[in-house]
This record gives sequence, structure tokens and C-alpha cells, in this order.
Amino acid sequence: MVPRFWRKIKYRYDVVGSHCENCGSHYYPKREICPRCRRRGKLRDERFPDEGIILSYTVVNGKIIAMIGLNNGAKTLAEVCADKVEIGMKVKKAFRRYGEDGEAGIIYYGTKFVPSG
Amino acid sequence: MIGIVSYGTYIPKYRIKVEEIARIWGEDPEAIKSGLGVKEKSVPDLDEDTATMAVEAGREALSRAEILPEKIGAVFVGSESHPYAVKPTATIVGEALGIGNGYFCADLEFACKAATAGMQFCFAMVKAGMIDYGMSIGSDTAQAKPGDALEYTAGAGAAAIVIGKDPIAEIEATVSYTSDTPDFWRRDLQPYPSHGGRFTGAPAYFRHVTSAAKKLMEICGYSEKDFDYAVFHQPNAKFPARVANMLGFKEENIAQGMLVRAIGNTYSASSLLGLCGILDIAKPDQRVLLVSFGSGAGSDAFAIRVTDKILEYPRNAKVWDKANNGVYLDYALYLKHRRMIK
Amino acid sequence: MKVAVIGVGCTEFGELWDKSFRSIFLEAGIEALNDCGLEGKEIGAIYVGNMSGGKFIDQEHIAALIADHAGLAEFGIPAVRVENADASGGSAFRQAYMAVASGMHEVVIAAGIEKVTDSVDPMGILSTSVDQEWERFVGANLPALYAIIARLYMHKFGTTEEDLARIAVKNHKNAVHNPKAQFRKEIKIEDVLSSEFVAEPLKVLDCAPLSDGASAVILANENTARKLCDTPVFIEACTQASDYLALQCRRDLLTMRAVSKASRDAYRIAKIDPEQIGVAEVHDSFTIAELLAYEDLGFAKKGEGAKLIREGEVEIGGKIPINPSGGLKACGHAVGATGIRQIVELVLQLRGEAGKRQVDAEKALALNVGGTGATAVVTILSR
Ligand SMILES: [Zn+2]
Repeated sequence: MVPRFWRKIKYRYDVVGSHCENCGSHYYPKREICPRCRRRGKLRDERFPDEGIILSYTVVNGKIIAMIGLNNGAKTLAEVCADKVEIGMKVKKAFRRYGEDGEAGIIYYGTKFVPSG
Repeated sequence: MIGIVSYGTYIPKYRIKVEEIARIWGEDPEAIKSGLGVKEKSVPDLDEDTATMAVEAGREALSRAEILPEKIGAVFVGSESHPYAVKPTATIVGEALGIGNGYFCADLEFACKAATAGMQFCFAMVKAGMIDYGMSIGSDTAQAKPGDALEYTAGAGAAAIVIGKDPIAEIEATVSYTSDTPDFWRRDLQPYPSHGGRFTGAPAYFRHVTSAAKKLMEICGYSEKDFDYAVFHQPNAKFPARVANMLGFKEENIAQGMLVRAIGNTYSASSLLGLCGILDIAKPDQRVLLVSFGSGAGSDAFAIRVTDKILEYPRNAKVWDKANNGVYLDYALYLKHRRMIK
Repeated sequence: MKVAVIGVGCTEFGELWDKSFRSIFLEAGIEALNDCGLEGKEIGAIYVGNMSGGKFIDQEHIAALIADHAGLAEFGIPAVRVENADASGGSAFRQAYMAVASGMHEVVIAAGIEKVTDSVDPMGILSTSVDQEWERFVGANLPALYAIIARLYMHKFGTTEEDLARIAVKNHKNAVHNPKAQFRKEIKIEDVLSSEFVAEPLKVLDCAPLSDGASAVILANENTARKLCDTPVFIEACTQASDYLALQCRRDLLTMRAVSKASRDAYRIAKIDPEQIGVAEVHDSFTIAELLAYEDLGFAKKGEGAKLIREGEVEIGGKIPINPSGGLKACGHAVGATGIRQIVELVLQLRGEAGKRQVDAEKALALNVGGTGATAVVTILSR
């Protein structure tokens, strides 16, 4: 699992997704092909906005997992660190641990969200 | 002119009160509070550690000064609670900040003064023309054995200092005072540190802090009168207050930097969070004395002069606001947060 | 070329502790062969829907295993496993349909099988159907993603947890009369509402169980079908569509585009309107999934699905009875077997052999969904 995690580090440590310079669409996670433009698409890695709003959420295994609408129109699924959330709530990125590969394995860091203001 | 061009801080939102810890061990909280000068300490969330806090502090530092991440030429993270024994924290920080791959990088360990050592490295590298900007971060989720006196103070927090030219606060001079003094240590593979009790005082903390401060003043030709603020490493609130007194400083010189009173000892971040607290309100031409202390032992002293640039620097996310807003945990949740029960 | 289903077989669904993977597929297969009086060697090919033999029982190459233990390896009959998460059965059926429709084979078997109770964490394995790198990594499992859809749906359309509960109640009621069903017991709305949260707002009784089970159907071309069988059920259309795997990539979380596309294609091919469907088996892995199916299959307008359940239109005897078998919720969800199990039910319904749960229908529709909807298979059958 180490190489599989490592390949995603850039895209998980911050919300880095794809921006199509041909049609202006933003995609998260990163894509190799723009589904709208196909071969005419020009996808570039881009650091996505720090803030977004909660579109929907659930509480599972004691954690809040939310669909977050970022300010550039892309969506990302992430854990939200808060006691309580609601649809429409503003959130911002936070760098946190998502898990670890046991006591002796590597630590999986990634982007979570926290209430913003 | 070389100095601090930006800074960022992170204090986790959870707190535990001295009363709650004292309740578990059947001790007198009032005696402890007056003995240590600490009433509560910060506790990290379950998914926070030294690396996550370092990233948050680093991000605030970069965004406030609008420094492009790729302009950072060096990243040093000082901590005694690096998440890995082998594998750097600083690479995690560099990656999360989007610095790229062409930067100088290392984790530093010198008990609670590793990050001020990192500032000296950055200062020297900027001065030598090796880099434009260097970032030194002190970050710790301090460990303390349940029941040990350290448990009342071992907090969590991070501070990131960016060193470069055209600063908001000039580093006029920096010196160190170092000796081999085993006042506090943690052996390899041991989960909690050990300490020499009262031996941590006179021969360790007080000797090194005062020696470094005096050496710095001597080099600069300054006396305590030349400093508007002084900030020292804060293992508790008593030591820095006493050392301030020994050096001729008053409560009004140190109060703004005494974050320990609100969040406990944040180890590698301790003196730097204090410095950030002062920079949050300092005016141009005011001068700050910063003296860290790392067990083992050594002190790094800095003479820092605030410049006009600070007037246009956004100082909205104030350290004291972060320190004063906490959510309290009971002891059981505290143990869970510190991963002592799983 | 017209293709018909001429034989059907299905094991009981549930926790089949005393039965192995190898014994349940034989049970379903033999029942299907007996149903149309075939011996077995007439079969041209075997298509097996199975989500994860590898994870559930640590066995891959299960198509060969099945051919072997069914005694069909003796005749060298080709066998292939089809995987599309919990739409594996539906997809296997479609492969089998295409094999006959193309003229490649005269008679084939489409089967589905899953043995889940030999594994420690069946829901974890089922959740490998969602995006592991971007959904599972952040802590979302399959129920969590459906819960996110449900929360948004309720927020947008004012549908309540009670409406969702009614779907579970209806499916439990239907299952009482299905001898193959896992839960032959009625439940009340309050039972659903007071059951524990799995992923807020979805509760235990909003979720289908994970079951052991196998199912098999025999497909034949029209000539062969008429020779072998008095009651062939014809496949009017069998379509499949894809959607983005991860929920975050979809523009609209409240429409399963794969379902609406596959069903629109199916109606066009079958030259019928949704109103002409007399009975449907849909993929109610979660109550919200059945609600979305009402709309995305064209039985109700978007946002108005709850009316059908409130007004009893989807009950047996209603305008469009949905899941007379009890659905995944009460008949059980044997993952890869479910898509074939739906066909078995609809064939029994169209033949008039569904006993006390019999509905009156000329045309029937099956919807089998993979994961959170990245795969949808729609089949339209007629007498
Ligand atoms: Zn495009």
C-alpha cells in the first residue's frame, strides 16, 4: 500500500485537482482526460480553493463524512472535524491524519475540513 | 536586513484543566497551579500530531505574507515528538505546503530549542545567499507519563517562522550557549521522557538562558533596558518569570509572550509561540529578546527589532485568541486524544 | 433474434451456515435445469455473476470451479465470471442474453452467486465497490455514501425518514409470502425508525442485509425456447449504463444517471412507456436507492417518489408493484446473485407462479445497480 499512497500525496495533502484550460471545468480527484472535451481538453494540476460549503453529510463510525462543494464548483468528499455540522455550513481545509498502516506502518495524512468562522 | 518576514501559529482546540488531572492523582490542584503558574494545557485532536500542526502553522505563515511556496528554499522542523523515529516530518510539511522538491530540509531535535536552531540555520543560509526564504517550525505534542509532574504542563502547539530579507522583524544578532547537561531526556524506544527533577533548574534552565542572554547583550552592546519585550522558553510559568527577574525584566516585558499560562508547555513551539504573541502587537522599532532553552542543554538567544514593514503585515489570526478559545476534555478523553488508550 | 428465459432456479437467501459456495450454486443450477427439463450438456456457455470470490472466500477462477462441480467441465463448456459489484448478476445476465441474441449460442446459463458469511467483514468487502482512493480512504463505506444521498434528498424534497421507512416496511410485508426470502416477517415503521444508525440518517432497517445465495436462469433462442418450454418469458430489452464511480464526480447526486439512461434505452428498445410496466424488481440495497429508482425509472417525477410509497401505488395490488419478492431488503442481498434472483422472481410473476405474492402483469422490469450507481442494468421481460 505504500506506493499506492505515495502516488496520491500531492493530491491529498492539499486539494490539488485538475483544471481544463479548454472548457474551464474543475475536477477532483485529478483526471487524465476531460470528460467534456475529450481530446481537445487541456488538463493542468491546480491547487483548489481553501474554502467550501457542506452539500450533504453523514455520521458513520463516529466520524462526520461530508460532500463539500468547493468555491470553484468541484466537489470533494472528506471528513469534517466538528461536533456538529449542517448542510450549507462553511468549511475550510485542515491537514490531518486519516489513518495509519498499523503501529509500525506509515501514517496516512490528508485533507479534512473544519468549520470556518 | 535579514529577519522574520512572516510567522504562523497553530494551537489545537482542546484543553485539560489542572484540576481534572489532579483529580485523577489525588493531588491538590491549587498547590500545583500556584507552583507551576499553569491552569490548563492544550491537547491535540485524535487526528493531529506534530506534522499536522506544523503544516497548519506553515500554511498560515505563507498565506499571511503571500509568499509563493516555491520561494521557500529550506524547511526545518524542530520537535521532540516527531511522528516517525526515522522518516522526516519536514518532508511532510514541504509536500503539504507545495514547496516543490528543490529545498534544503531536515528534522531537528534539541529538546525544546530545535526550532530556534532552525531559525539560526535559515538566518545563516539567507545571509550566505544560499536561499531567499527559509522556514523553521517548532511543533510538539509533548509526551508526559500519566502521573508524572510533566503531565500538568505538557501541551501541544506549533509556530512557523519564515526568515528572509526585507523583514517585519530584523534579527540583529543571535548567539548560543551550549553544554552537555542531562537534565531531561528520552532514551530510544522509550515512550515518555525522564527528568532530573530540581536538577532541571539552576544548572540547566537558568544557567543556559541567562548565559545566552548575557552573551547576546554583550555582543550587541545592549542592556535589558534596550528591550521592550522578552520571551523565554516556558516549561512552566515560574521559570521564565524568575529568569526574567534575574535579567532585570518586569512582568510587563514578558506577559505578552507567556502563552504557557493558557496552554502549558508546547516544547519546541514554546518560546516561538511567545515571540509570535509579541509580534502580534509589537510596534516598529520595538526590540524583543528571545531566548530558547533545550534540555541537554543549550539556549539560543536573539535580538529582534521590529520594522516598519509590520504595519502592512496582516496580524489578524492572533495567538492569544487561539490560546484563549478551548474546548475542555475530561481525563478519559484526554487519554484517548493522547493515544494512551485505543 | 428473440431470446427467452426458459428455466429458473434460486436457493434460499440468508445466512446459510451449513451450505458452502460449491453447494449453493449446484442447488440453484439444478433447480433451473430441472425447471426446463435440460440435462446440462445442451448448455453452450456459462456466465456467472460474482462480486468477490477472492475477498469473500479467497477463491478466484470461480467460473471454472462452477463448470467443474456442475459436471459441465466434462463437456468442455466455456464458463466466465462477470464482475460489476452488486450488479454482477445483472451484467452476467446481459452477457448471456447477448451470447444468444448474437446467434453464438442456442442455450446458455446465467447464474449469480455469493457466499458472504464465510468472511469476517462482508460490508467492508461490499464497500470495495466504491472508489477506494477517494471515498473509502476518507472513511466512507457504501452505507455512508447512500446516507449522503439520502440526507441531501430529504433536505431538497422534504421527504422524511418515515417515508424511507415505509419502503422497508412494504418489502418486509412482501417477503412474508416468498419461501426463498431471508426475512419473512413484517416490521412496523417505528421498528425502522428506532433501529440503530448505520450511517445517519440511514438505520439498520433501511439497509439490505448481506446474504448467502445463488440463482440461475436458462436462456434460449426463440425456436429452442418454444420446443423446450410452454411458458417462455421473453427478454424485450437488456441494457446497461455507466456513471462516474465516485459520488463527488457526479453533477447531480440525486439522480442515478446510469439508471435513467439504461431504462430510457430499454423502454425505447422494448417500444414501451414506463406506465406499461406491470411489476418491477429494483435494487433496494438501501431504502433511498428504491426511492431514487421510482424516479430514475420514470415511475415518478424527480422529487415525487415518496408519493408512490405513501399512496400504496408500489404495493402488491397497487399501480406499479415494486419488489414483490421482498427486494434486497427482505428477500436478502446475495450481492452477485441478486441480479439473477430478480429475473427469477419476475419470470415466476409473468408465468403466474408467484403464489400469494402474485401480481397481475404483462411486462416486468428488473433494475440491478452496482455500488452507488456507477453501473445499472435494466431488463424488460414479457409473457
Ligand atoms: Zn474540458
